Amino acid sequence: MTTPSTVIDTNDTIAKRWRRATEEPAWIRITLITIALTFLTLFLVLPLTVVLYGAFERGIGVWYAAVSDPDALSAIRLTLLIVAIVVPLNTLFGVAAAWSIAKFEFRGKSILISLIDMPFAISPVVVGLIFVILFGSQGWLGPWLSAHDMRIIFAVPGIIIVIAFGTLPFIARELIPLMQQQGKEEEEASLTLGANGWKTFWYVTLPNIKWGLIYGIILCNARAMGEFGAVAVVSGRIRGETNTMPLHIEVLYNEYMFTAAFAVSSLLTGLALVTIAIKSAVEWNEERRQRIAAA
Amino acid sequence: MPNTTSSNNWQLSKLTAAILLSSAVVAGALSTSAQAQSERIDLLNVSYDPTREFYREYNAIFAEHWQEEHDQSVNVRQSHGGSGSQGRAVIDGLDADVVTLALAYDVDALHQRGNLIPEDWQSRLPNNSSPYTSTIVLLVRDGNPKNIQDWDDLIRDDVEVITPNPKTSGGARWNYLALWGYGLEKFDGDEEQTYEFVRQVYDNVPVLDPAARGATNTFVQRRLGDVFIAWENEAFLSVEQLGQGEYEIIVPSLSILAEPPVTVVDTNVDRKGTREVAEAYLDFLYTDEAQHLAAKHYYRPSNPDILAEYSDNFPDLTLFTIDDVLGGWQHAQETHFNDGGIFDRILEDINAQ
Amino acid sequence: MPVTLAKRRVIPGFGLTMGFTLLYMGLVFLIPVGAFLLYTTTMSWETFWNAISQRQVVASYKLSFGGSLIAATINLVFGGLVAWVLVRYKFPGKRMVDALVDLPFALPTAVAGIALVTLYASTGWVGQYLDIFGIRIAYTQLGVVIALTYIGLPFVVRTVQPVLEDLEAELEEASASLGADRLTTIRRVIFPALFPALLTGYALAFARALGEYGSVVFISGNLPFRTEITPLLIVAKAEQYDYHGAAAIGTVMLVAAFLMLLIINGLQWWASRRHG
Repeated sequence: MTTPSTVIDTNDTIAKRWRRATEEPAWIRITLITIALTFLTLFLVLPLTVVLYGAFERGIGVWYAAVSDPDALSAIRLTLLIVAIVVPLNTLFGVAAAWSIAKFEFRGKSILISLIDMPFAISPVVVGLIFVILFGSQGWLGPWLSAHDMRIIFAVPGIIIVIAFGTLPFIARELIPLMQQQGKEEEEASLTLGANGWKTFWYVTLPNIKWGLIYGIILCNARAMGEFGAVAVVSGRIRGETNTMPLHIEVLYNEYMFTAAFAVSSLLTGLALVTIAIKSAVEWNEERRQRIAAA
Repeated sequence: MPNTTSSNNWQLSKLTAAILLSSAVVAGALSTSAQAQSERIDLLNVSYDPTREFYREYNAIFAEHWQEEHDQSVNVRQSHGGSGSQGRAVIDGLDADVVTLALAYDVDALHQRGNLIPEDWQSRLPNNSSPYTSTIVLLVRDGNPKNIQDWDDLIRDDVEVITPNPKTSGGARWNYLALWGYGLEKFDGDEEQTYEFVRQVYDNVPVLDPAARGATNTFVQRRLGDVFIAWENEAFLSVEQLGQGEYEIIVPSLSILAEPPVTVVDTNVDRKGTREVAEAYLDFLYTDEAQHLAAKHYYRPSNPDILAEYSDNFPDLTLFTIDDVLGGWQHAQETHFNDGGIFDRILEDINAQ
Repeated sequence: MPVTLAKRRVIPGFGLTMGFTLLYMGLVFLIPVGAFLLYTTTMSWETFWNAISQRQVVASYKLSFGGSLIAATINLVFGGLVAWVLVRYKFPGKRMVDALVDLPFALPTAVAGIALVTLYASTGWVGQYLDIFGIRIAYTQLGVVIALTYIGLPFVVRTVQPVLEDLEAELEEASASLGADRLTTIRRVIFPALFPALLTGYALAFARALGEYGSVVFISGNLPFRTEITPLLIVAKAEQYDYHGAAAIGTVMLVAAFLMLLIINGLQWWASRRHG
């Protein structure tokens, strides 16, 4: 890359010709940027603005009243409880899956990778249906469960399972390509030098994957909080008990409390924005690290 | 990497802290719910969409009443949604003590598909187990710009009709049956002409929301359609609360008597030992106090004396029942709403045009 | 393969991590999905076929598959463009725009549905102007496409972006120095390199759109034969206590998802072979 750039620096006419051949003219650039930004405005910025406008239209007082309503608070609590269980489990799973896939050769690896992707492509509605058929009173395990007075669907465990199902790939998908790319030489070196497996993981692997891991956790967290279709099927919608935040938003919308619906939405939107901000920070940090490393 | 050790020790402690914190959150959340359960009786009322406002107030009144008589606190939890989907959830194991659904067919399903209640459930409480009734009316925009006076106007080419999907919404089934009943009356029982009439109405429907509340939102919030076929109580709610002076209720010449039934879910209350309070909860719906409350929320009280007090609110119109005109719910469901029934034929015909 | 065997002994934890991976996947979704498929086999072939071939159901496939295809195509064009603009050009606020692309991943679908219908209904901020030209988005098939485009937006951008960043400038420069004009360079050098990533993003956006429920139900008219998507039909069947019908249609969706994944993986394998 060094040769052409020095040419550009030294010779003006050649530089112009180079630019014409490897870049587009200004008017094309501006047109493309305008089209891209218009598209993103229509699909991303405006929906975001609608939510925030709707939430604060009637002032911060109304917003606060909506998000501190007991039912809203219990929806928030439930959602936090769910992510506190689902995200650590999926994190463990993601790390374990990435470790076994990236560090070892075995038959059926590509099938395993495809299987991990599956929940991405399954409709949330079908996910809900699967668990109703399995655990519902009319389902296969239903009679046994009710004989032992255990509840899975229409209770918190059911919501946890469908959310774990839907968000299962997020962390694994971040980590697998990352760890595959990094190979296993560093780990092997550490082991040869006498460190045990856990130490190698903590001191060699984890530092290498930590940003990917953090990003995966953040994304998994956001999706877990926002899951709607599958939860709607298995929740039972008991006010203050099995309503998660997205379900509570739907409830408010159906009670004609639009400002309140948008207010609770704004919490999830805020979370989405924070997610995005952290992700950018993570990437920025990574870029800087690489630049320093390169220098 | 020379400096990894220190940064990783820090990271390790951070991770441990995060895990401890999240388990604390879990433990906290679990313990509060466990604590709450030991102090009071919990009832779960699984209901349909438009009753939210009514039961919120009723639950408070009942809890007060029960506290006075039994010195015990009752917490009634609510679940609302489309009547059919709520019925399905109870059959699939939603732990309802009582159900208060939009139509008897959905309650019948609790017996037929889940064997949760006895077959004669509907005779256990007065008035076919319907403590309040309602009917189906037409809601139009202020000034009635399309001059809609009766069901006949719904088939006009310039009229857009909003009604939810009868396959999934209980209210929409009452709407459909009101139309059908009117058609039978108008065409002297001629089924073919009635079919054509109802088909023409559905030909004017641009949106088929899955549930009644969604349809109200479509008509009120999105301003779609010229006329909204609605529960009488939903129509009143729209006029009084959603937009003062923006809507008018048109009372048709003939409509259906909608009887939303209530029942205790026997299997569940017997297992949980809540039968006494669950039955009291439903009986209390028939007291004067609750009847007045129902009227306040625009439901027609089943007690005729109290209904008479509110005669200004509830226009007098000719009402037919589903048993009179359509041979009961089982028959209506089978001929009209099941797969391959008349409603499916209507949809196919409209699509074939 | 003695070499791999030797290496396998060096790094520990295969049994533990693989065991946990399979256990967790098994409990959370392999066994439930397997049980679901087993449940489908309890119905006769005729029942199954009747359930999945009803005209209303077939109409919903057309909308779901067709709408997802159109939405994925829109995302292919505009997503590719967005990725190009974000990687190649400089403009103010670029970092923020780049970050915003992830919004549909993070924003709950129900919220997105409500926001979109608020915007595009004929009373909405955007819808009222389109209404002047007689264009209706909310409650039409167009509305379904809009919602599906929204939720699939990040996929193409995020799969194309890294490839574009890694694309070596030397190739373009070589092409230019050999006398190719810009259009030829784009057509012959850049596009072929991006092609596998574009296809993967396209397939991912399509697969995600196919199963989408939360955002669509708010903006679609949900009219059978016209604006009713397949996932909504599955819910409707279940609510009419027709579990066999719901499971049968659900199986069709599951198989479609399997196929999409196979295609995606095939594409990735093909791409890595071309590069490697």
